[in-house]
Amino acid sequence: MNISNEKKSLIVAGVITGIISVALVLLGNPTNMGFCIACFYRDIAGALSLHSAAVVQYVRPEIIGLLFGSMFISTIRKEFNPKGGSSPVLRFIISCFVMVGALVFLGCPFRMILRLAGGDLNAIVGLFGFVAGIVLGSLLLNRGFSLGRSYKQSRVEGRAIGGVFGVILFALIFIPSLLQFSTTGPGSFRAPIIFSLAGGLIVGALAQRNRFCMAGGIRDVFLFRDTTLLTGSVMVLVAALAMNLITGNFKLGFGGQSVAHTDWLWNFLGMALVGYGSVLLGGCPLRQTILAGEGNSDSAMSVLGMIAGAAISHNFSLASSAQGATIGGKVATILGFTVITVLAIVMIRARKREAVHGS
Amino acid sequence: MEVDARGLSCPQPIIETKKVVDKKVTSLSVLVDNIAAKENVSRFAKAMKYDVVAHVTDYGWKLELEKR
Repeated sequence: MNISNEKKSLIVAGVITGIISVALVLLGNPTNMGFCIACFYRDIAGALSLHSAAVVQYVRPEIIGLLFGSMFISTIRKEFNPKGGSSPVLRFIISCFVMVGALVFLGCPFRMILRLAGGDLNAIVGLFGFVAGIVLGSLLLNRGFSLGRSYKQSRVEGRAIGGVFGVILFALIFIPSLLQFSTTGPGSFRAPIIFSLAGGLIVGALAQRNRFCMAGGIRDVFLFRDTTLLTGSVMVLVAALAMNLITGNFKLGFGGQSVAHTDWLWNFLGMALVGYGSVLLGGCPLRQTILAGEGNSDSAMSVLGMIAGAAISHNFSLASSAQGATIGGKVATILGFTVITVLAIVMIRARKREAVHGS
Repeated sequence: MEVDARGLSCPQPIIETKKVVDKKVTSLSVLVDNIAAKENVSRFAKAMKYDVVAHVTDYGWKLELEKR
C-alpha cells in the first residue's frame, strides 16, 4: 500500500494526540475531556467571571498551549501569516452559535471523538449530526455563500490574541486571586498546570503542522472521496480507545456517561449546528484556535465569539446538563440554524445581484 | 482559466476549484495565499487526476493544474 508522507505524518500526529488526550484525563481532567475546545473556552469564560456557573470555572492551560504551540511552530516554519477582515462580526455571531450547539451536545468535535473513544455512544448520535451539519454548510458554500476575502494585516494584529492569552496565563500562575476556580463539578477536575500546558503546546504544534481539522476530514471524503485528512481524526480515536481500554477507562453505553446526556435529538441537533457553523467559518473550534495562533485575526474573532457564546450559554441556561437539554438550549439551537441560514441566503442573493449588475 | 482563491477561508478554495474542474477544464491555475489552501487544492487536484505545479509568488502560490 502506498501511503503518502502527508498521511504518515497525520497518523503519527493523531496517535500522539490521542495518547496525550487520555493521559490528561489520567492526570486529573474530567472523563473523556483530555481536550474539549468548547468546554475549555467555557471554563475560561467562567474563570474570568463572564458567567457564574460555579462548576465550570478554570483557566484551562491546554487552550493557551494550543494557541502558543501553533504560534511558535508557525513562526519557526515561516507560516505565521497575519491576515483578517473577512466579515469579523458575522464570524463572531456564527461562533457564538457554534458554542451554543457544542454546549447543548456537551463537547466540541474533538471531545466527540474522545467521548466515542471512551465508549460513550451518545457521541455517535453527535457524529451523525456533525456530518449532517457539514453537508448542509457545504451546500451553501456550493451555492456561492462566502464570508468574503481576508487581507494582510499587521504583525501586531496577528499577535494580539497571543497577548491576551499570555495575560490570562500570567494571571493563572501569578495572580490566581483575580480568577474564579470551581471547587466541585467538571471545572474542579484538572491535570497539573505544567502537564496541561505542555500537552496543549505539543498538540497545538502537531495540529498546526498537519492542518488538523475535525470538519475538514469529513468534507474531503464528502467532496472528493479523499481520506487523508480524516486519517488524523481516526488515529486520535484509535489511540485514545486503546489507551482507555488499557487503563480501564472504557465504558460502553448511552447512560451514566460523564458530562453527557442521552437526549438523542438534541445531541444530534447540537452537533449539527456545530458542523454547520464550522464549515461556514472554515474550521472546527480546534482549527479556529490553531489558525488564530498562525496570525489569522478572523479566527481570533471566532475564539472571542466562542468565549462570548459560552458566557451567553451559561448566563441564559442554554447549556445542557447530565439531565439533558434545557428549553432555552433547544430554542437557541433552532434560533442558531435560523439565523445562520437566513444570513447565508441574504448573502448569496446579494452576491448574485452583484454578479448580474457586474459591480 | 484562473481561480482567484486568495483570502478565501477553507474550504472555499477547493469548492471554487471544483466548480471549474467540474466543467471538464483540462488546464487551469489557482491563486492561493496560505499553506492550508495550497495543500488542500493540491490534494483535491491530484484526486481528480491533475498534475500540480506550485510557483511561489509575492502573495503565496500560483498552482498550475494540468489534466493527466
